[in-house]
Amino acid sequence: MTFELETARHPEKLRRVAIDPVSRVEGHGKVTILLDDDNKVHQVRLHIVEFRGFEKFIQGRPYWEVPVMVQRLCGICPVSHHLAASKALDMILGVKQLTSTAEKMRRLMHAGQILQSHALHFFHLSSPDLLFGFGSDPASRNIVGVVAAHPEVAKKGVLLRKYGQEVIRMTAGKRVHGTGSIPGGVNKSLAAEERAELLKDIYQMVAWSREAVGIIRGLFEQNLAEYNAFGRFRSAGMCLVRADGAMDLYHGGLRARDIEGKTLFDHFDYGRYWDVIAEDVKPWSYMKFPYFKALGTEDGSYRVGPLSRVTMCDSIPTPLADKERETFLAFDGGSAAGATLGYHWARMIEMLHAAESIKDLLHDDDITGTELMATGERQERGVGVIEAPRGTLIHHYRVDENDQVIRANLIVSTTHNNQAMNTAVREVARQYLDGVEVTEGLLNHIEIAIRAFDPCLSCATHALGQMPLEVAIVGADGTVIDAATRDHRGLTREVV
Amino acid sequence: MISPTLVFGWGNPSRGDDALGPLFVEHFIALAARHPEWGAIDCLTDFQLQVEHALDLQGRRRVLFVDASLDAAPPYTLARIEAARDTSFTTHAMSPQAVLKVFADIDDGEPPPCWLLAIRAERFELGEPLSAAAKDNLAAALEAAADWIAATD
Repeated sequence: MTFELETARHPEKLRRVAIDPVSRVEGHGKVTILLDDDNKVHQVRLHIVEFRGFEKFIQGRPYWEVPVMVQRLCGICPVSHHLAASKALDMILGVKQLTSTAEKMRRLMHAGQILQSHALHFFHLSSPDLLFGFGSDPASRNIVGVVAAHPEVAKKGVLLRKYGQEVIRMTAGKRVHGTGSIPGGVNKSLAAEERAELLKDIYQMVAWSREAVGIIRGLFEQNLAEYNAFGRFRSAGMCLVRADGAMDLYHGGLRARDIEGKTLFDHFDYGRYWDVIAEDVKPWSYMKFPYFKALGTEDGSYRVGPLSRVTMCDSIPTPLADKERETFLAFDGGSAAGATLGYHWARMIEMLHAAESIKDLLHDDDITGTELMATGERQERGVGVIEAPRGTLIHHYRVDENDQVIRANLIVSTTHNNQAMNTAVREVARQYLDGVEVTEGLLNHIEIAIRAFDPCLSCATHALGQMPLEVAIVGADGTVIDAATRDHRGLTREVV
Repeated sequence: MISPTLVFGWGNPSRGDDALGPLFVEHFIALAARHPEWGAIDCLTDFQLQVEHALDLQGRRRVLFVDASLDAAPPYTLARIEAARDTSFTTHAMSPQAVLKVFADIDDGEPPPCWLLAIRAERFELGEPLSAAAKDNLAAALEAAADWIAATD
């Protein structure tokens, strides 16, 4: 990754462009770009206001409450927190192997989560960018525009999302705040009628997921030069893999590769993740910067999520997705596998894998079994790691003899990707903002780079009237030269 | 069986006044149980509104959306809403107007009559309880909902 635009030598002489917060990205983020009088980019930083209250919210609670309450940390991926916490607390209970029914129910829930999250991201958050072009009128670059131009695409996106939510409801027991996964196992299996209900539509979901892979592949073919170059940078990566090296989004060992593709560690026991990963702090950002200890803070930055998982696994254990993975890796001599927009293609391959996994699990009789819980010898510390839709998610707890959580540490996917997102934004700024007028269309390029990672920032707070996009240009003397706000009611330009 | 009336509240129950939407639904279910003359009512909650919630509107005769709001005049505002195109279509949390627009686009028809009950909120911190003002506003909003049931019958 590149750091040369991280800190300018003489920032006091530069003009500041701020985007606050980044629209169409959950939560609050801010991009600042310092330009000189000739509009040359000198410094680019993505500031993410990381929520710091996770630990306080969890500490002091009895451990059995944790898998349910952590869902309230994030309204975007509650199931990911539900499962990561459950896995950590399995370890606290000394459970090394779940019953077959429990593991498959959790895998089914997780596949439902991947399906619905990836469907939302591709069809509704990113498809306007991809289908209409990066520089198009922002007013048309929304899902209404997609519906008008590609009605079937938008409708399939809604129905894929809905199907994933139904998988979650039937495995977690409730539509929201599910309780299905508990320390040591699950509290329900799939009822015969639930299984039949999900089986009715799963083949359609697999077919639509295949079509989605075709859509993004076609977009790459049509826009090869732009897609390959957009925000491109080389990066180390990390993900979980199965014992045979295959993709496994629910469980496995940690695999890490450096920027050259050389393996740093493989099948590493995530129960001691702190032996290989540390978190750096920078004075200009609230969010930490994780890195591989063996490489240090700069060379050790890495990215997680669909692009890392699809490019670093040895295979995908469902046939259609694995075939698409091979096509992706071979495309244009492997160029898409290194592109920031390759995240979208990889994400759709994973969505297909999730749909295929749901189909396979629904045909497995273990999913209706009655052995739901396992037991073991009580431990003090537990770590749970899953591959959430946005990347590796770590939950780490210590529980005292009174069954209270006394320490909690969470490293969420967006934190792992902090440096990678900063680098992508810098590359885009270097490509598109150097020496040109700062227009809304150009600022959209920065949002598109961030959105490729599907970041989930400060989670779950929302209210009517929030989430505006504010753009401010501030001169070297601190004077606001121009300012505008865009929220769900439209764009309001403020005359300064 | 889809009930003709849907009451849909959203928000995070653990983020202070953001709990107003789901709390409203919880109280409304108890209230409706004492009023069988209101007929069958489906009550749903979620963290945030998203595209798939357009499908929850299918087959309804009337819908009441309920959310916490920093903009609403206290104790609440109640207004009819229409399908609208806004930038929330491409965020993780959509506006109810945008959900109606998705309904209109994917269902090839007009959405059912919908109202938004926006309850005035003050604080949204994780782990915080409901503020005192929000509690009062919630009580007033429940009375308004009872009036809404009668007025839209």
